[in-house]
Amino acid sequence: MAFKNAAEQRSVCTILADPFPAPSAFLERSMAPILSIRNLRKSYDDGAEALKGISLDIEEGEVIALLGPNGAGKTTLISTICGLVRPTAGSVTVKGFDIIDDYREVRALIGLVPQEIMLESFQKVKDAFHHSRGLFNKPRDQARVDSLLKKLSLWDKRDSQNMTLSGGMRRRVMIGKALSHEPRILFLDEPTAGVDVELRKEMWDIVSELKNDGVTIILTTHYIEEAEAIAERVGVINGGELLLMEDKDTLMRKMGSKTLRIDLQESIEAIPAALAEYELTLEGGGETLLYTYDSTEERTGITRLLASVNTSGLRIRDVQTSQSSLEDIFVNLVRD
Amino acid sequence: MNFHAMKAIYVFEMARTFRTIVQSIVSPVISTCLYFVVFGTAIGSRIEQVDGVAYGSFIVPGLIMLSVLMQSLTNAAFGIYFPKFMGTMYELMSAPVSPFEAVIGYVGAAATKSLMIGLIILGTAHLFVPIQILHPVWMISFLILTCVSFAMFGFIIGIWAKNFEQLNLIPMLIITPLVFLGGSFYSIDMLPPVWQKISLFNPVVYLVSGFRWSFFGSADVAVAVSLGAVGGFMLLCLGVIWWIFKTGYRLKA
Repeated sequence: MAFKNAAEQRSVCTILADPFPAPSAFLERSMAPILSIRNLRKSYDDGAEALKGISLDIEEGEVIALLGPNGAGKTTLISTICGLVRPTAGSVTVKGFDIIDDYREVRALIGLVPQEIMLESFQKVKDAFHHSRGLFNKPRDQARVDSLLKKLSLWDKRDSQNMTLSGGMRRRVMIGKALSHEPRILFLDEPTAGVDVELRKEMWDIVSELKNDGVTIILTTHYIEEAEAIAERVGVINGGELLLMEDKDTLMRKMGSKTLRIDLQESIEAIPAALAEYELTLEGGGETLLYTYDSTEERTGITRLLASVNTSGLRIRDVQTSQSSLEDIFVNLVRD
Repeated sequence: MNFHAMKAIYVFEMARTFRTIVQSIVSPVISTCLYFVVFGTAIGSRIEQVDGVAYGSFIVPGLIMLSVLMQSLTNAAFGIYFPKFMGTMYELMSAPVSPFEAVIGYVGAAATKSLMIGLIILGTAHLFVPIQILHPVWMISFLILTCVSFAMFGFIIGIWAKNFEQLNLIPMLIITPLVFLGGSFYSIDMLPPVWQKISLFNPVVYLVSGFRWSFFGSADVAVAVSLGAVGGFMLLCLGVIWWIFKTGYRLKA
């Protein structure tokens, strides 16, 4: 029996062992992540730790954005998965294949677009595509390369040398090279850094087109706007740690929440019993009450809360509301 | 085996050769012609025969070796250093290519190029002086073995080099003196006895000697020793390359 990958082999084995598996066994199989990172660490000889035990599962067809400041470890994470950096500890599997032991199977599934534009200056665009395809052990396929050239609006430039192209074109060549061997996972390391608005929108279109083809996409970015626009899940990395990994919608809901801040005339020791029913937090040495509510709901509870505050005998000095954004969530996470 | 990758690397490297055809092929041929004019005709006519061979013919194998050695070395070194320098190496490192396949591609192309140059020089020399080849199969074997082993050595230098200075350091400071002192232009019998002994530590002596034997049937050292030396050098280079890819030396963080 031939198995397409190790994960399939394992799941078939479990099915053979149990002739009447519970439906969950099938469910589990279809939900097996395409990329699984376990406790991945990378430290350098000088003791610097670039990755401090990152664990992450990514499902097939997902679009993931990894946010983080410079030096957070985003590029190290991607480079490790793609074979450019040797991990110190931990494991990464792609479709059940180990990135080190089964590097051929893993790499055949992966396309990488690095942050910097690095091209052979004298190579023609079409030759670059053919060359990349060959490196990934795919036979020459003129039709496939032609359609890729057209898709990336490089058809007119196919006979130009890479060095004669504009910056935006070169970036498209980088993407084309990464796609030339039909990868199932595409890593885009800051695809829109230093790119004008028009090209950025174009990149997003390319990503959504690839997503429609079922390609799993993992991109890193500085721009929260970008993560919001194209990602389904958003992760925040800082200091080599994955601080957060959540559905974008969940994050957006968090963004929808507002905070009502009530500054009091006199500080209090504890929240009065009359206000116990509200989920309040006491801050600023007992001078500030914070109330978080969902501004999209019909009843926010503010009127009732303010009435209760009044009857409890507390005197209000000031009231203000603020909206949390993905930016705030990000900044708060990164600051800690 | 990733045959498509080997082919892609080989084709790319050969394309580089033909793109820079003047620098790659014409210039070594021109400099060899100059050697023949100066050493073979001008000075050579006043030098008596060496081992029963006219001096002009005698230097042909040494001159071919001189060019082939340097060309194999510098081509392979540049071939692998440039992607490292430009950053385009990321693609090879992230591709399903084994070290062995990468070496076949890069070293194969560099060796092909220097083999071509070697044969062109042989043809050019034929226009200047009469040449006889007693053992053509051995001649080609020595040539190929030298091309491949020094292309591997160049590959190692290209990976080791951190800048252009280092890239030129070994060819200029070590290989050039070794080649000139390796009996390219003379038989080591012509040296004082002390220098004859010292010359035996020069690996190039074995190369030139073996190669010259395949032409004229006479050699400074036994042919089997020559063959063993080249073969041993090739295995040594292969071992170093294997270690480089195993440890990711100067390739992986």
